[in-house]
Amino acid sequence: MTVAAKPLVETARRPLRDGRRLSLDWLGAVPFLAYVGLFLLLPTTIVVAGSFVGPNGLTLSNLTAMNQSYIVGAFVHSVVVSATSAVLGAVLGAVLAYAVATGNPNGVLRRLVTSACGVLAQFGGVTLAFAFIATIGFAGFITLWLQQHGINIYANGIWLYELSGLVLVYTYFQIPLMVLVFLPALDGIRPQWREATESLGGATWHYWRYVAGPLLAPAFFGGMLLLFANAFSAYATAAALISQGSIIASLLIANTLSSEVGLHQPGLASALALVMVVIVAIVMVLYTVLQRRTAKWLR
Amino acid sequence: MSRNRRLKLQVFRVIVFLVFGAFFLVPIGAMFEFSTRGNTETAPRTLSAWLTIAQSPDLVAAILASLVLAVVTSVGMLVLLVPTMIWVRLRLPRLSRVVEFLCLLPLTIPGIVLVAGLAPEYRWLSINVSESILTLAFVYLVLVLPYTYRTLHTGLAAIDVKTLSEAARSLGAGWATVMGRIIVPNMWSALLNASLLSVAVVLGEFTIANLLNYVNLQVSIFLLGKANAAVSIAVAVASLMFAFLLLVILSFFGRPRTRVARLEEA
Repeated sequence: MTVAAKPLVETARRPLRDGRRLSLDWLGAVPFLAYVGLFLLLPTTIVVAGSFVGPNGLTLSNLTAMNQSYIVGAFVHSVVVSATSAVLGAVLGAVLAYAVATGNPNGVLRRLVTSACGVLAQFGGVTLAFAFIATIGFAGFITLWLQQHGINIYANGIWLYELSGLVLVYTYFQIPLMVLVFLPALDGIRPQWREATESLGGATWHYWRYVAGPLLAPAFFGGMLLLFANAFSAYATAAALISQGSIIASLLIANTLSSEVGLHQPGLASALALVMVVIVAIVMVLYTVLQRRTAKWLR
Repeated sequence: MSRNRRLKLQVFRVIVFLVFGAFFLVPIGAMFEFSTRGNTETAPRTLSAWLTIAQSPDLVAAILASLVLAVVTSVGMLVLLVPTMIWVRLRLPRLSRVVEFLCLLPLTIPGIVLVAGLAPEYRWLSINVSESILTLAFVYLVLVLPYTYRTLHTGLAAIDVKTLSEAARSLGAGWATVMGRIIVPNMWSALLNASLLSVAVVLGEFTIANLLNYVNLQVSIFLLGKANAAVSIAVAVASLMFAFLLLVILSFFGRPRTRVARLEEA
């Protein structure tokens, strides 16, 4: 992540003429600011404002209506699925990142793995859900192969299309995201620190416990937070796997936004979206704090 | 590093790559397997699902729409972001933090939340401007900002923008010349990186298109999945391979100049 603490460029600004107090340079930034305002800030404001609007004008009823069990349940499920896939993805992703980082920095393997991680992290969603359906769905490759050997993985219900299946597919794109986020931190570890530890008589365990561990911890936990936010905001995968119902928050928002069965409640949808964005914002603020700590040592 | 430790490291790496390789490649392979199945269990492998892609007009239209959207978004992003970033770097350094914050904000606002607020805007757009799916480019540009900002920022930071622009201006160049003929040619790899990243993001986008009722590549895969699983899986794996190819190409052009110290080296 970039660290723009102080502008590095001292500009030779044009001296203001005719006693003008405001330079015309600001006009150059207007297109960008206007565009972002129109297509990012305005929709967000609409969502925030919309959560306070009911059929009869300003109201808090949308927010109080969220105390229903199916809504709370959806958010709880979202948190559980996101946390589980975040922890799994973080641990496994860190292991994979370590294996990649210890190889040739310009080698083919690293290039291929980083590109694959980039694709999988972006294309998590419909494509990956279908990949898993093709692998362990009803007519999936692995399912059929196991059935031929007498093992029925769906003896207790078709779990792929429920929460546990969601965790599995989420982990599939959480691991690449963790690799992408954690690899720069691993690259920042200097071999000199290992040598210094050894010259002071430390073993591998000492190195990891006292040097590399504490240095990598902010990056690791920051990565885990990012994974949590990523899973919490995800919609496409769940939409592709779970055709009915709203067992997680993003599906709930989608269904209240545009349901054909008459469940369309824009005020409630906005309130749900507000809660989601608040949760994600908190997580991202924590992530930014941890990123700053990482950047201190591991450029 | 002692031979013992090097050996343990290599064994670890081999095991890790084998296990993760299997975990990641098996579903991809399963997609290829699924999309080439014959009609019955004993029928031979067939490419009929793949050939059907070219024969379904809706699918082809969706694929083309996504590709055009990807290009339009990329170009729009470059046109909006590059001059702004150069201008901010040269003339408005105090705004650089604001620009950075705004560019990273889309990471914090989930697509599903953005879509809740975009519905009224897009209703207005479809009535007053156009119903075409290309209007999605407006939103996609915002979605790709976090990834492209980082890339372009690194590219700009690597060249001495101030000196180059002052030298050009002192020789009488206008701002268009400075940006177009001096600075941009020096950041080709960053521009290419940012464009390819935008293309990958646009091709993989589903949430906003689906909830605004447009049919792009991912939405068509999704809709087709219910009707004809084999064809939709064929398209899905093809799009994955395409994006992978793009990013591999990108990795050959975007090597950072700094030398990366090799981890765990003696």
